[in-house]
Amino acid sequence: MSKPNPRRARPLSFYFLAAILSAFLLFLYAPMACVYILSFQGPTGGMSFPMQGWSTHWFQVLFSGDGQGVGDIGNAFRRSIRLAFVVAILTMAISLSAGMAYRRKFRGSNFVFYSAITSMVLPGIFVGFGIALMFNLLGWRTNWFTSGIGAQLTWTLPFGLLIMFIVLGRFNPSYEEAATDLGASARQRFTQVIVPIILPGIIGIAMAGLTSSYEETARTSLNIGTGNTMPMEVTGLLTAASTPVLFAIGTITTLFSFTLVIVSLIVMSRLAKRRQMRTAA
Amino acid sequence: MKLALLKTPDTDLKVSPVPKDTAPATPKLKQATQSHRFDAEIVSVTKRYAPLGAPAVDNISLRIPRNSYCCLLGPSGCGKSTTLRMLAGHEDVSEGAILIHDREITTLPPVERGTSMMFQDYALFPHLTALDNVAFSLKVRGVAQIERRAKAREYLELVQMDHLAERLPNQMSGGQQQRVALARSLITRPKVLLLDEPLSALDPFLRIRMRAELKRIQKELGISFIHVTHSQDEALALADLIVVMNDAVIMQAAPAREVFETPTNAFVAKFLGGHNVIQSKGREVSVRADQCHLGARPGMNSLSGKISMIEYQGTNVRITVTTAENEDMTVLMPALTYFDHAPEIGETAQMSWEASDEHALAPM
Repeated sequence: MSKPNPRRARPLSFYFLAAILSAFLLFLYAPMACVYILSFQGPTGGMSFPMQGWSTHWFQVLFSGDGQGVGDIGNAFRRSIRLAFVVAILTMAISLSAGMAYRRKFRGSNFVFYSAITSMVLPGIFVGFGIALMFNLLGWRTNWFTSGIGAQLTWTLPFGLLIMFIVLGRFNPSYEEAATDLGASARQRFTQVIVPIILPGIIGIAMAGLTSSYEETARTSLNIGTGNTMPMEVTGLLTAASTPVLFAIGTITTLFSFTLVIVSLIVMSRLAKRRQMRTAA
Repeated sequence: MKLALLKTPDTDLKVSPVPKDTAPATPKLKQATQSHRFDAEIVSVTKRYAPLGAPAVDNISLRIPRNSYCCLLGPSGCGKSTTLRMLAGHEDVSEGAILIHDREITTLPPVERGTSMMFQDYALFPHLTALDNVAFSLKVRGVAQIERRAKAREYLELVQMDHLAERLPNQMSGGQQQRVALARSLITRPKVLLLDEPLSALDPFLRIRMRAELKRIQKELGISFIHVTHSQDEALALADLIVVMNDAVIMQAAPAREVFETPTNAFVAKFLGGHNVIQSKGREVSVRADQCHLGARPGMNSLSGKISMIEYQGTNVRITVTTAENEDMTVLMPALTYFDHAPEIGETAQMSWEASDEHALAPM
């Protein structure tokens, strides 16, 4: 593409659309910025401006957990992240297998596809209620490892499947034919050709699974068994707490999410780099 | 090719699970040394995608002599690519048999056939460097890294790509990718190399250079190349054997000169171009455009029409004469002769030819 001519005047629509974008960004980030700033409120400060000095007092309260209405944040986080990792790995594995199966048409494939996708549009709270009810009828106890993971998969799997179909839909089938031609077995085709080529998509599915599991409540809340997950804990705090600890939670949570995104970006770029370096040595 | 490569002993390569007959008879790259009659033979092969549907390839038979450059030529959808993919083993044969070096391979998996295919879009693995792409077939056979890279480098030298061995496919031009794809196919030491429209993605200049290179490599290796194309120029320039296909059947299979000079029917004559198909004395004949003249001449057959197009082509001028029946005839005359008369578009003109230059066509 050639460089735009700097002397050519931009049309009026550019300024109009740029203003809309700026307004949207302001709407998105300004409230969050307030939360971050208020989380550094001084020990005597309240839930709103003005700031009564600057401190990390509320973070200390959060981590000390000495009962000033901060509940059980540490354990809730641990539960959430444990659940999220298991769900992410399951979503990745199941989506990849299903994607591979769907490269060929089979009897009933449409039915299976639509019934998997339907759970995206079903109201989550009823899906969660249904699962809990069924466990109850069968006389089983809801538990994070059984009903919890199951309930979350009804939410993460359809997305994983759709991403996988897009990824494999763009996969050039002649790569596989070429590999067959060159003597690769089915297993070698999968491990040495298909997976390396679609690896960014696979990581993407895992990340999508991780984040959507981490923030899911509608399906999770009734099926997690004993102990709250992070979003449930925060929701509880929102109704109970009245100190800037809440803002500290917001800041920490945001940091955590950004760390996830940055880590996954770093992993992807390192993968790309390793590809280049592999034979350069 | 570098002479060193010809002398490279291949015996040091530990390729255990490979059938014995794919190992070279002599420690040279040249390998067509076994005594077989044909490099490839297609016996009454039919391909149907649906059990009762129209066949994509309808009962074709073809013998490709040793060490030939064979072009499968035809319009899109004629069955040429399907034929190639059946040879490669990427498509099942519905009926009939395929032989490579006199051995039936109809139902064998691709790797056991002694064929190797070069794909139209090259299908280089995007996550591997040129070197590792070429070494891939050795890697899946369990050849150690140092050995397979050394071998791959030799084949990259053969196609003059060793200087870009560490590049990824998306860092190479189309022509460079093609060379790497060629090396990747050749390293499997195929008895027959299958090429699916290998030049169609290149610009015209590169296309002509690459086709000369393909021909050179084919001659040096002494194996057969089967090359699918829809370009008659490409086929005429490259092929020892041209196989013209249309509507799932072979129209004519013969040496290039024979196909051009004596096309069997109107389709072959028209598809190759450079011919006029004329109704002469109740039969259908073809006359080469360069043997047709403008203006009535005594003792010659002729027809009349209007000049509808004049194309200057440097050496020659191509003149299109449209008859009263609205059929286009072509006269190809040397530019010098043309400028003696300089006829113009819209003029009424006679086109004439010697009766002895008529070549009778079989009805289709």
